[in-house]
Amino acid sequence: MADPKSLYQEVILDHNRKPRNYGELAQANHKAEGHNPLCGDHLSIALNLDGERIESIAFQGESCAICKASASMMTASVKGKTRQDAETQIQEFRDMATGQLDVEKQPHHLGRLTVFSGVRDLPTRVKCAILPWHTLHAALHAVPDISTESDNDPMHAPIGDA
Amino acid sequence: MNMSQTALKSAPGAQATPHFDVERIRADFPILKLKPGGKPLVYLDNAASSQMPQQVIDRLVRYQTSQHSNIHRAVHTLSEIATAEYEEARRKLARFINAREEREVIFTSGTTDAINLAMHGYGRKFIGAGDEIILTTLEHHANIVPWQMLAEEKGVKIRVVPIDDAGEVSIGDYEKLFNEHTKLVGVAHVSNALGSVVPVKQMIAFAHARGVPVLVDGAQAAPHMKLDMQDLDCDFYAFSGHKLCGPTGIGILYAKAALLERMQPFKGGGDMILSVSFEKTTYNVIPQKFEAGTPPIAAAIGLGAAVDYLSAIGLDAIAAHEHALLDYATEQLLRMPGVHIIGTAREKAAVLSFKLDGVHPHDIGTLLNQDGVAVRTGHHCAQPVMQRYGVPATSRASFAFYNTMAEVDALVAGIRNVQKVFC
Repeated sequence: MADPKSLYQEVILDHNRKPRNYGELAQANHKAEGHNPLCGDHLSIALNLDGERIESIAFQGESCAICKASASMMTASVKGKTRQDAETQIQEFRDMATGQLDVEKQPHHLGRLTVFSGVRDLPTRVKCAILPWHTLHAALHAVPDISTESDNDPMHAPIGDA
Repeated sequence: MNMSQTALKSAPGAQATPHFDVERIRADFPILKLKPGGKPLVYLDNAASSQMPQQVIDRLVRYQTSQHSNIHRAVHTLSEIATAEYEEARRKLARFINAREEREVIFTSGTTDAINLAMHGYGRKFIGAGDEIILTTLEHHANIVPWQMLAEEKGVKIRVVPIDDAGEVSIGDYEKLFNEHTKLVGVAHVSNALGSVVPVKQMIAFAHARGVPVLVDGAQAAPHMKLDMQDLDCDFYAFSGHKLCGPTGIGILYAKAALLERMQPFKGGGDMILSVSFEKTTYNVIPQKFEAGTPPIAAAIGLGAAVDYLSAIGLDAIAAHEHALLDYATEQLLRMPGVHIIGTAREKAAVLSFKLDGVHPHDIGTLLNQDGVAVRTGHHCAQPVMQRYGVPATSRASFAFYNTMAEVDALVAGIRNVQKVFC
């Protein structure tokens, strides 16, 4: 459990046990649903954009620990940030998970989210970690629902065979 | 090599002996010596694909280094050898399943290809608008989707036999689904997701009494039990080589010769014809009629070697050892709080599907993998089964004859570790 190579670090387990910003959001002005039909994961993200700033955000759904912790930490991270800052994190998180961004050597704005960097070595789990971020991207761009397996995923790209 | 030969010779008597020498058998499988991530490999994903013994690997190498050419074509020596070895493999498969004739064995790329061949060759010719096909809830997608394609094309209706909470097919419900429109039954011999052994012989007899042919998906049965096509009396039987210690890319469709004669070809091309002109083409006789193009010759010969290997150990001895593993694993998991076995049919093959309270199957799979334990997590290409139990996915340990009681212990310890991580 203390294995530093393990994806299941305490911070991830903690966010899985006690997800932050979990539940409904009254009067959200941006919403999206994300699905991974290959494993049945699904989550919904609702947020309130006040001008360019994410004033509030919440998620709910059924998923594995990696997906849920990723969603929890994502909402905690982007809350209060501008849309542009969120977009930067979405891109950087995706690049980290797919091995295109080495968080130890390259500059980034991910902070504690680097705890997910180990997922790049687990191709079948990359989609679990990225699903919340793709769903957030969809919510910000007014795409009502996305699937990791269809062309309507705005960030659809081959990322390992799940 | 010598050691394994001895193991093979002593194995046929293992049926009655309590001492199934699993360590000697394991010595035949080079991959079992791997230590992924520094932990000894505990390979419990045999229902997805089994591992290959050195005897089969050697056979592939021998074919490729000294016997390879195209078959059924040239008069030169290598072509004659390759043709003879390929046809010898067909004879071995025919004996392995006790087919009446060798020509009842069609080489395909696997179970999926075999069922698609039956759908195109038989279904599209003999099943039409208003007709009905009976399938069960247990079916793998490979025995659902081809029939749905036929249903969509021809206006055929698919009727589904439900399963009970234990994962057993309800025979009463099955019998009630028959009517004058029923034209085919498709049924799994063993459920890949749950391990339930389906009473196919009884189902076949019932269908035959109404003149309805039956296709059995034997992908999960062939590695675990002695097959006898004449006793079963099924019309079609499909399985894959790679679940049977053979190579990928090879499998068979067994079908009664009379049916094969009446069926239309599935794929057109070389080898499946007697003569071709732009005015008229004459199809070859069975089995060649259904083997268009150059087949996977090496893989077929490898599969022949694999069934030799399994037969030398003895399917009864294999089944007995696997049942001992399954019983032991079931007993262990039943004792663990928070663990729920999915699929508790009275008769099961070596498959143990389970869920853990509060832990998603993908997390279980990743964490077990960190302990060297390879299981399958997901819907197992059997989403209707998952829907029946109201779960998106399960974790599945599936055993082969080369697995040990100590590996069951490793699985149990791995599950405890998962529970500790998530407590």
